[in-house]
Amino acid sequence: MDAEFAIEAEGLRKSYEDVLALDGVDLRVPAGTVLGLLGPNGAGKTTAVRILTTLLPPDGGSARVAGLDVVRQASRLRSKIGLAGQYAAVDENLTGAENLEMVGRLYHLPKGEPRARAAELLERFDLSDAADRLVRTYSGGMRRRLDLAAALVAHPPVLFLDEPTTGLDPRSRLSLWETIEDRVADGTTVLLTTQYLDEADRLADRIAVIDRGHVIAEGSSDQLKDQLGGERLDVTLEDDADAEAAIAALEPIAAERPTLVDGVLQMPIQQRKGTIRAAVLRLNDANIGIEDMATRRPSLDDVFLTLTGHTAEAVDGDGPGPEGER
Amino acid sequence: MNDFRYAVSDALVLAKRSLMRIPRAPDLLISFTGQPVMFVLLFAYVFGGAISTPGYSYIDFLMPGIIVQTMSFGGFITAVGLSEDLKKGLIDRFRSLPMSRSAVLAGRTLADVVTNSISITVMLVVGVIAGFSFDAPLLHIVAGILLLLLFGYAFSWVFAFVGLTASSTESAQSLGFMFIFPLTFVSSAFVPVESMPGALQTFAEVNPFTIVVDAMRSLFLGTPAGNNVWGAVAWSLGIAIVFAFLSVRRYKRAVVR
Repeated sequence: MDAEFAIEAEGLRKSYEDVLALDGVDLRVPAGTVLGLLGPNGAGKTTAVRILTTLLPPDGGSARVAGLDVVRQASRLRSKIGLAGQYAAVDENLTGAENLEMVGRLYHLPKGEPRARAAELLERFDLSDAADRLVRTYSGGMRRRLDLAAALVAHPPVLFLDEPTTGLDPRSRLSLWETIEDRVADGTTVLLTTQYLDEADRLADRIAVIDRGHVIAEGSSDQLKDQLGGERLDVTLEDDADAEAAIAALEPIAAERPTLVDGVLQMPIQQRKGTIRAAVLRLNDANIGIEDMATRRPSLDDVFLTLTGHTAEAVDGDGPGPEGER
Repeated sequence: MNDFRYAVSDALVLAKRSLMRIPRAPDLLISFTGQPVMFVLLFAYVFGGAISTPGYSYIDFLMPGIIVQTMSFGGFITAVGLSEDLKKGLIDRFRSLPMSRSAVLAGRTLADVVTNSISITVMLVVGVIAGFSFDAPLLHIVAGILLLLLFGYAFSWVFAFVGLTASSTESAQSLGFMFIFPLTFVSSAFVPVESMPGALQTFAEVNPFTIVVDAMRSLFLGTPAGNNVWGAVAWSLGIAIVFAFLSVRRYKRAVVR
């Protein structure tokens, strides 16, 4: 066991009745970093989180979180983790403050601490004004913030966030992202599942792409994008009739022969340096008008599409796991 | 020792949580106060005249029976609550916390004891107004009330199991009623067992509800008890232990549906 990994899973397997949810998943998350677990519904993301948070025993393989085995040392481990799920698991019939105090008591914080900690977190999550209101009057974004606050009550060194921003409006998403970034800056290790590529791109140091129970790719966002051949130059011509001439003019400086996709000329490039200038000059020499020009890196969407043959949001339905039904 | 202390304090935290909900959700309050009162009045005044109970007025015969029936349903708050907690992911949160594995269930069932006490009080007040009178020493009456609470507690564990097993909140509720409702009627709760046809009578005589109701009549009205009081205690403890075991086992594996 390497102490530098806050989360370490080897060969995790889990099936529900006849559906294989995880088929040998390996994960390693260095302490103080964020791993984004990216995949469509039913890929096995939530199952992995459930195993790592002691909610579900694996059928095979092993995992350690904060140095503790998720099966054999489950009860000790629970005081070192925080879990915020896609459901905003807070009690609607309690106030925000009462919810956090209850969680603090159940973490067995010393006397007096649950109340102080609740006030502190409500303040930090911009919920002070709503502290004494019943949660059933909260908006979706407020509930998610409270849910995340509940996961942080005991200062857990390892945080599991299962699709923390699914269904949130853009402003709430942004503020939740900032909060998560603050936690990471303080040294918390985070495992985040998401089906939003921009979320993984922004928050995660490393991304594991999971599909049908397998990790099919792992690396930093840049590494994953580089697997697709890196950057390209997109050129929109003033007149589409010039396309063939433009392709001929640009081919000598392109990494591969440019192609016309939806009226945009896509030219894979080796390196950005000098290429834009060369492209402009060559098109000018060929007397071809340019309407728009931009360099573009492949998005994680492109990565996902290439790796799995389908987009992240396209696949739906799950096994009996929790992701399938809402 | 520490584990035991936490098991108790965690259960109390969660019992408090369940009780805080009551003044905030008045529909729940009505279901465990208004509904029993309605049953007392319906039985006493609508059926009462048509049912012959030799030796007692019908209201005296009815009250022990109808309170026992109400106790057996008091646990539905646990079933509904657990089912909601499961659906909303709260059970996941609790199971990820370093708290006692029995606390969520113990807390809910404990809260039922409080709501059951309120039900008993309201029913006895309405019963007395409708003409019910105790005919037993105070000690027996107190013992009777404790037996009612114990019996209600046992059924809270039955409902805990139902709440963790049923596929939805609605089915948790209807499952409970479907099994328990007929059991309470084929017993000595509302009519003398002797008035039933042969096969039903045989069933009614061994029905634990009959044993508990007869025990209550002896404690409230001074009828001969036989072994009924101890039999009632044994049944209550047995049901509580079996269903507490099944429920905690179920809870440890519970996942969001």
